[in-house]
Amino acid sequence: MTITDYERVPTVSTDENQALADKFKRLWETKPGLAGFLSTVDHKEIGIRYIITAFGFLIAGGVEAAVMRWQLAWPGEHVLTPEQYDQLFSTHGMTMIFLYAGPILSGFSNYLWPLLLGARDMALPRLNALSYWIYLCAGIFLYAAFAFGFGPNDGWFNYVPLAARPYNAGPNIDFYALGMILLGISTTVGAINFIVTFLRMRAPGMSINRVPILIWGTLTASAANIFAIPAVSLAFFLLWMDRNLGTHFFDVPTGGSALLWQHLFWMFGHPWVYAIVLPAMGMVSDGLPVFCRRPLVGYTVVALATVATMVLGFGVWVHHMFATGLPTISLSFFSAASIIITVPSAVAIFAWIATIWTGRPVFTTAFMFFTSFIVLFTIGGVSGVMTGSVPVDWQLTDTYFVVAHLHYVLIGINVFPVVGATYFWFPKFTGRLMDERLGRWNFWTMFIGFNLGFFPMHISGLLGMPRRVYTYADGMGWDWLNLITTIGSYVFAVGVLLFLINVWKSYRRGAVAGDNPWDAPTLEWATTSPPPPYNFVVIPTVASRHPLWEDRLQQHEGEGSHVDAGLVLDHDREAIGTSSLDATPDIILRMPHDSYAPVILALAVTAFFAGLAFHAWWLAALGALVVGIDIIGWLWPERKLGETAEPAIHG
Amino acid sequence: MADRLPIETALPVGAIDTRASGWWAMIFVVFTEAALFAYLLFSYYYIAVQPHAPHTFPEGGLPDLKLAVPNTIVLLLSSGAVAWAQFNIEKNDKRHLVWGLGIAAVLGMIFLVVQYFEWAAKPFALASSSYSSLYFVVTGFHMAHVVVGVILLWALFAWSAMGYFNRVRYAHIHIGALYWHFVDAVWIAVFFTFYVTPYLGLRT
Amino acid sequence: MRKPFAIAAGPKAVGWACLCVVFSPVSRAFAAAPLNYLTSAGVQGDSVLPLTWGVTIISIAVIVIIAILVAGGIWRRPGLSVQPAGRRLPVEEKASGLNWIWIGVGISSLVLLFMVVWTMAVLARVTSPPTRPALTIEVTGHQWWWQVRYLSRDPAQIFTTANEIHIPVGEPVRFKLVGADVIHSFWIPQLGGKTDAIPGQTNETWLEAHKPGIYRGQCTEYCGVQHAKMGMLLIAESPGDFAAWRAHQLQSPAHPATGGQWAGLANFTAHCGACHAIRGTDAAGMVGPDLSHLMQRHTIAAGILPNDPADLERWISDPQGIKPGALMQKPELSANERASIISYLETLN
Repeated sequence: MTITDYERVPTVSTDENQALADKFKRLWETKPGLAGFLSTVDHKEIGIRYIITAFGFLIAGGVEAAVMRWQLAWPGEHVLTPEQYDQLFSTHGMTMIFLYAGPILSGFSNYLWPLLLGARDMALPRLNALSYWIYLCAGIFLYAAFAFGFGPNDGWFNYVPLAARPYNAGPNIDFYALGMILLGISTTVGAINFIVTFLRMRAPGMSINRVPILIWGTLTASAANIFAIPAVSLAFFLLWMDRNLGTHFFDVPTGGSALLWQHLFWMFGHPWVYAIVLPAMGMVSDGLPVFCRRPLVGYTVVALATVATMVLGFGVWVHHMFATGLPTISLSFFSAASIIITVPSAVAIFAWIATIWTGRPVFTTAFMFFTSFIVLFTIGGVSGVMTGSVPVDWQLTDTYFVVAHLHYVLIGINVFPVVGATYFWFPKFTGRLMDERLGRWNFWTMFIGFNLGFFPMHISGLLGMPRRVYTYADGMGWDWLNLITTIGSYVFAVGVLLFLINVWKSYRRGAVAGDNPWDAPTLEWATTSPPPPYNFVVIPTVASRHPLWEDRLQQHEGEGSHVDAGLVLDHDREAIGTSSLDATPDIILRMPHDSYAPVILALAVTAFFAGLAFHAWWLAALGALVVGIDIIGWLWPERKLGETAEPAIHG
Repeated sequence: MADRLPIETALPVGAIDTRASGWWAMIFVVFTEAALFAYLLFSYYYIAVQPHAPHTFPEGGLPDLKLAVPNTIVLLLSSGAVAWAQFNIEKNDKRHLVWGLGIAAVLGMIFLVVQYFEWAAKPFALASSSYSSLYFVVTGFHMAHVVVGVILLWALFAWSAMGYFNRVRYAHIHIGALYWHFVDAVWIAVFFTFYVTPYLGLRT
Repeated sequence: MRKPFAIAAGPKAVGWACLCVVFSPVSRAFAAAPLNYLTSAGVQGDSVLPLTWGVTIISIAVIVIIAILVAGGIWRRPGLSVQPAGRRLPVEEKASGLNWIWIGVGISSLVLLFMVVWTMAVLARVTSPPTRPALTIEVTGHQWWWQVRYLSRDPAQIFTTANEIHIPVGEPVRFKLVGADVIHSFWIPQLGGKTDAIPGQTNETWLEAHKPGIYRGQCTEYCGVQHAKMGMLLIAESPGDFAAWRAHQLQSPAHPATGGQWAGLANFTAHCGACHAIRGTDAAGMVGPDLSHLMQRHTIAAGILPNDPADLERWISDPQGIKPGALMQKPELSANERASIISYLETLN
């Protein structure tokens, strides 16, 4: 090893360099077979796994919903017992909110971030693999419990004392609590990885006012997660202690508090709602302008609005607790905050509308999903404002109106953008375009089915139908509305099925896409479809928000961005580290090679939690021991990563 | 084109100082851990202001400071030892780096032993009351962090003794030290909450 | 409905829409939905109902406007070819478009501010009753029924009933809400919003009915397997009727008249008395609903079955078949014992 391994001037090349591409392929490619599958740290591989796993949970949650809708289609149905219904609605909520909505966005962001930023990988590739493996383990942990009839059964927000041992003696809540803590670890390490990647891995010249809005969305969500997740993990841990070790955090007769649970849960819960919509809004902010053939209107205000939403999002949790008997002064404050938080969302809405009006639309399926999302977002937004108004919320809360609201938020602001984003980025993931004709059918079935199914829920709510009822009596005025809801939700399910068929069909025989099928402006479209393991042969240099539109927009600095020539970085797996604000290169980072440490760590952590669940303390101890050994091995200073002093430096 | 790429001077390669990705990751680990302790202490204060029978919060009356105050000093000294180790490696003094880490790890272990006696001296058990649950769980969370910290300090001690670090390559030292300083700082908040606020009037 | 929108603080549109509603088939839907809260029969509704309608109409207007703007933007000028498929398309940024944001957000902010102010005004009005309530009722949520205690300074005036609450019209009534086991939520939508009944704390709310009637209520915080079947009735009646009802409740029910009814009482005490109480008898259980004046109630089993002999028989024969998971187990009774108990219960006027 020579002194150049301590520091060097990186060489420069064009991207038309086959020898270089071959060398990178050898350096970066994951091994084939099971070994590669278990050890890969490639963000694209991890991103795709996240997406597939999350869609798997979406389907599971959808099947649960379909069964429940059958039960509710007519008054007095009894295909399900009350216990079965309770476990289904709780598992449905847990699945959609925790196992689908968050991870699907992590999947897209994992795949897209390094490409959008002109980087070779995420800042911490092994941590990235770890976050996926733990997510998978947590999902299996929770669903294995459900398969044995031990799924959560007190609703996804799991209020105490109902969830405490005296009122729920089975192991259901123990599995839910431990599974959620496990999942929280995955979300936390993923969030840390996104933040560090944002701060350190942007291509030279990509100052923070040049990153795509999706980056802002995921960054903001990640920042929120690292502050919010501890609240819910702690709440679940304290509950597990109450249930298993006899502590008294939530136990009222011995000085605990039932409302403490609600505070801790919603201090997490509300920021989480924004965490599962802001990245999706970012997808639209980046995708929609491509089909309007112009840059997004108001980039700066939209980015600021994203951050502002999240900051305010930490100050509204009490609006989930308006009926708990809090002092009026507190209600007033949180009511006003909950209504005012709409302002930053209005910024985004009008930015998108302005982008459509001042652009020239290209009618693609992705465009249709993105634009319909604006309307669905508005419906979910205004119904949210209504629940923010305390006296109105005292009527609305815990009725189907809230069920309608949260489905417009989760499906309207998460599923629709995600499906649109799949149409948009599928060519990048696979090299093939999705079928547009089937896409139209897919869109209209989903759009009509969704509104037919979920809009009437507002009305059944206004007519007083409480949420979380396994059945309802005849003569309450809800019969027709429920039947329509069931029919609509089944139409919606058909729409989702068409989407999956389209994905499968296009993956097999879709039209070849080329590097940039939509003539889009950002860096992910500068590389091949699908991208090579190293993403870019040379590191791009960025001089504007739209490196690939610069020839037509003339808004760049100096001589503009370079995507076909740039830094080489070929001594090992290497990436460029840049300063946090201006993205000035300040280090050549050594990136880790594929490793089994993440998958072993994930299994060991899961064994630890399984040990706690079964009171198999030896298993928990063994898990903890392996965790410790794995982490020490992981952190062992490596010469290859430039972490150690050998050989001695000069002087 | 070369003028667009401001890289005519050499760039360091690998993981050094505050440009190492691990350093940044540890900053956000500390943020999320700090949030965890904030929620733990929020739970304490939230339950503290609920109605309780007289002399049950804190259970057993005002907490005894006999062990807690000296132990707090031990932990602060340990932070000082780590800071001294960091100072030494920046001067390329590898021998004193090893000493600093070793002293810090030993002090951390002393803290754990004293905490054991502190726990044993408490007249209540984990499941006695909401106060006892809070006391053992919050200090227990902190102790778990100290255990992790001590293990990391011994790992750093061993790696330093093996000569892995020098004036340029010491990112691990800074990353581990950041965690240890956090564990010590958060103890101040825990100590203030459990040992000082009852004397300031937060009791029944 | 007495002067339902007299205090319409909102825009005229509110009154308009309400008129449309009243004269449309939709109003029939409201009448057929006993838990709806788009109409009101109480004083809280005088302030809250215009706000509910106001924010609903504003919301619908916003949705329509945004939908028109989106649709207009899409179809304003002919789009480009359906699928670019790698071809280069024009890109231009002729207008910054920022005015859209300033104007749109400006108007939105004004509307939102208006809603905040209106909300605060209504909140201030409904937080406390217009006059000091003379009557205080303690409602305790149990899995899955409601215990109702009429409080008084004079212990002799205190009595307990279940699942049906009587109040006088034209005066505010204070409710103290407690959760006996888990969290429940007390809700009589025609008269006011929800307040949770939480173990370890006593929440207060108040209701005032404008006119006599039977108003349905429901638990609205998920409280376990039979949350769906945790209903109740609130009967608002003239002050005279209420006073008479109350006086009657304070008395013990008349003694059984026939031998069969006496046997029923004995069987009831033996088989049901550990959980249920009947004033003036040895049945004094506190676990289940007080049945002292059972025959005065319209419903049984927390508002889910009509109170008639057939349904009473069904309920006693198989509570788990009607309310699976309910804490009332199937009593071990012979047909004769059951018949005697029912004949006794039917005397509890």
